[in-house]
Amino acid sequence: MEMVNIKINGMPLSVPNGSTILEAARYAGIDIPTLCYMKEINEIGACRICMVEVKGARSLVSACVFPVNEGMEIFTNSEKVRKSRKTTLELILSTHNRECLSCVRSGNCELQALCLEYGVDNPGRFDGAQPEYGFDASMPHMVRDNSKCVLCRRCVAACANQAVSVIGANARGFDTHIGSAFELDINNFACIACGQCIVNCPTGALYETDDTAKVLAAINDPEKFVVVQTAPAVRAALGEEFGYEIGTDVEGKMAAALRRLGFDKVFDTNFSADLTIMEESHELVERVKNGGVLPMITSCSPGWIKYCEHYYPDQLDHLSTCKSPQQMFGATIKTWYAQNMGIDPEKIYSVSVMPCTAKKFEVGRDDQNAAGLADVDASITTRELAKMIKGAGINFRLLPEEQFDNPLGEGTGAAVIFGATGGVMEAALRTAVKALTGEEAADPEFTEVRGMQGVKEATYSVGGLDIKVCVASGTKNAKAVMEKVKSGECDYTFIEIMGCPGGCINGGGQPHQPASVVNSVDIKALRASVLYKSDANKDVRVSHENSAVKRVYDEFFGEPGSHKAHEVLHTSYVKRSLYND
Amino acid sequence: MLKKISKIPFKGTPEQEAQLQAVIAECKGDNSLLMHVMQQAQGIYGYLPLEVQKMIADGMDVPVEKVYGISTFYAQFALSPKGEYNISVCLGTACYVKGAQDLVDKLCEELKIDAGECTEDGKFSIEACRCIGACGLAPVLTVNDEVYGKLVADDIPGILAKYQA
Repeated sequence: MEMVNIKINGMPLSVPNGSTILEAARYAGIDIPTLCYMKEINEIGACRICMVEVKGARSLVSACVFPVNEGMEIFTNSEKVRKSRKTTLELILSTHNRECLSCVRSGNCELQALCLEYGVDNPGRFDGAQPEYGFDASMPHMVRDNSKCVLCRRCVAACANQAVSVIGANARGFDTHIGSAFELDINNFACIACGQCIVNCPTGALYETDDTAKVLAAINDPEKFVVVQTAPAVRAALGEEFGYEIGTDVEGKMAAALRRLGFDKVFDTNFSADLTIMEESHELVERVKNGGVLPMITSCSPGWIKYCEHYYPDQLDHLSTCKSPQQMFGATIKTWYAQNMGIDPEKIYSVSVMPCTAKKFEVGRDDQNAAGLADVDASITTRELAKMIKGAGINFRLLPEEQFDNPLGEGTGAAVIFGATGGVMEAALRTAVKALTGEEAADPEFTEVRGMQGVKEATYSVGGLDIKVCVASGTKNAKAVMEKVKSGECDYTFIEIMGCPGGCINGGGQPHQPASVVNSVDIKALRASVLYKSDANKDVRVSHENSAVKRVYDEFFGEPGSHKAHEVLHTSYVKRSLYND
Repeated sequence: MLKKISKIPFKGTPEQEAQLQAVIAECKGDNSLLMHVMQQAQGIYGYLPLEVQKMIADGMDVPVEKVYGISTFYAQFALSPKGEYNISVCLGTACYVKGAQDLVDKLCEELKIDAGECTEDGKFSIEACRCIGACGLAPVLTVNDEVYGKLVADDIPGILAKYQA
C-alpha cells in the first residue's frame, strides 16, 4: 500500500494514500466529529461539522471527504476549527425544535452531544424565520417529525441503500426538507417499514411508534394474562442500552427484567424459530419432491416480505407460506397454550420484543389470526424494552441471570442464530440433513453461510441431492438476487433473505449507536458473535430435537405440514404496487 | 419558496402519453438523462403533476421521490399547469421598486389563487418572473405575449376583463 506522510496537530504520521482526513485522524487516535457522514452510504460532506484546518488551504475543509496528500499539515482542534463547528451547531439549532427534555433521543442524540462538546451556550443565537415542519405518522411503525431534522440525509441514504428510496430531500435552500413525493404521507408509497432510517437518524426526527403504553396498560389490567416473547437478536444488543460493550449477551438479565416488569410468562421466540424450521424444512422437502415452485425463499423478515410484495408482486409463489417466528409464537400461544392452560384466548395479551420495526406492521397484517384474534397484540422494539426497564426503576446491571419460563422458553442453538444473516439457512440445513439422510449432520456448523457479506452462496450435497443455497441481507442485495430469480438465470433450491443489512442484529429496532461508532466498529459482526457463541454452548443445536416443539406436535399439530399446522402456522401474501392508489 | 402543487385534476391525453413514452424509450437505461426527460415531459404537458412524474419514474426505473426531488430543486420545473392566459409579473429590480409586488397581490386577490397556481377553470395562471428587459415600462406584466407597462394595482381588473369574456 502506498503511504503518504502527513502531520496532524503537529504529530507526524504515515497513512495510506487515498485516506480521507477523517480516516487519517483515526489512525492518530483523534476523533473528528461528524453528523452527516455514514461510511460508504452517505459521504456527502454536507453538515460542515467535520471541518478542519489545512495549512495553505484557502478555507476550512470537510474531513469526511477530503483526501490526504503528501506533506499535508492538518489541525483538527484549532481555535478557528472549534469556532466554526460551534457556529454551525448554532445555525442548525436556529431551526431546531429544542424541546430536548421530552425528546425520545434525549441522552443519545448526536446533535445534543456535539452541543455539549462545543459549549453551545446560546442555542437561540441565530433564531429567525422558521420553516413549516412536516409530521408524518401514517405508517404503523414510525413517526417523522421534521422539527427535529438536521437535514443530514442519513435516512435518505439508508433508504436508498435498501433500494427503496421513498424519502428524499425536497425543495431547496431554506425550504429543503425530507419527505416523500408531492408532500404526500409515506404510506402512499412502497415503504417496507424496515426502520433503517430510524437507526441511522442522529436526532429525534425519526422514531418508532411507541407501543409501550399499550403494553403497560395490559400488564396493569388484572383480567389480562400477558405473555412476552423475545427475538434472538434482542439479547445480543439490549445490553448496549445499559452501558455494556457491543457484543454482550444479556439473555439472563433480560429474562429477569421482563419478569420484574410484570409479564405473567416470559417466553422465547427461539421456541417458534425452531417451530419455523420444522415447518419450513418440511415445506422445502415437499416442494423439491413434488415439483413445487423453487427456489423457496424464507419468510421470517416482515420488511423483506413487504419489499417482495411491493417490488416483486409476481414472484410471491417463491415465498414460504410459513408465518414468521413472531407470528407462529403468537398463534401457538392463543391456540395450543390457551387450550392446554385452560385460559380464554381473549384474555391473553401477547407481546413481542423485536429488533425490528416492520414487526409492528406485521402484527396488523391479514391472515395472522389463528384463534380468530390477532396472533400478537403488540410488538415493541429493543429500544422500547430498554425504555420500559429504565422507566420501571429496574437496575439492569444488578439483575440476576434468570431463565425463560417453560415450556415455550426452550430454544435450540439452531434458533438463536436466526438473528444473524445466514442463521435461518444454517438452522434449516441442520434439520434438512436429518430429514433427507436420516442422520444428524456430522458438523452442525455450515460456516459458508455465515458472515456479513451481502450475498452468500453455497452448494451442499445431502443424501445424493445437490442443494444450492443463497443468503442475502438488506433489500438492495435481495433485489440483485430477485432479478436472477425472475429471469430464471439461477438454480438455487433455497434462499434466505433478511430485510436489514446483516440480518436482525442490525434491525431497525435495535439500540442507536452514534455514527462515530457505526463508522469504525463492525457492530453487526460483534452482535452476531453473541448468537454464534450461544449456539456453540447449547447442548441441543438442531430444531428437531427441541423437546417443547416435539410436545406441541405430539399434542396439537400432529406432523409438520399437517392440516392443523397449516391453519395455525401458515399465512398468505398480497400483491402490492409501488403507489398506494 | 415552496412550489405550489396543483389540485386541478390531471387531464393528459393518450397522444401526450405516447409522446412521453417515446422520449422515455430513447433515454431508458441512462439515468443522466433523467432531467432531459423531465424537461421534455414539461414541454408535452406544460407541467409535471404526480401522474406524469410516476410515468417518468416507472419508465426510467428510478424512484418517484427522486424525480420529485429534482422537480422541486430546479426553478424551471412547474408543478402547476399554465392557464390559457399565463400572466407573468416581472419582479426584476426596477419593476419591484416600482411596486410590482402590489400587482401580484392584486392578481392573487382577483383570481383567488397564489402565484405559481392556475385557476380551476384553467383560464388564468400567475407567475413571478425575472427581468424581461422592459425596465422603462416598470412595473410590467405580460399576458401570454402581450405586454402591459407602467401599471398600478387598480389597472388589474380592467386587464383581466379583456380575457374573461
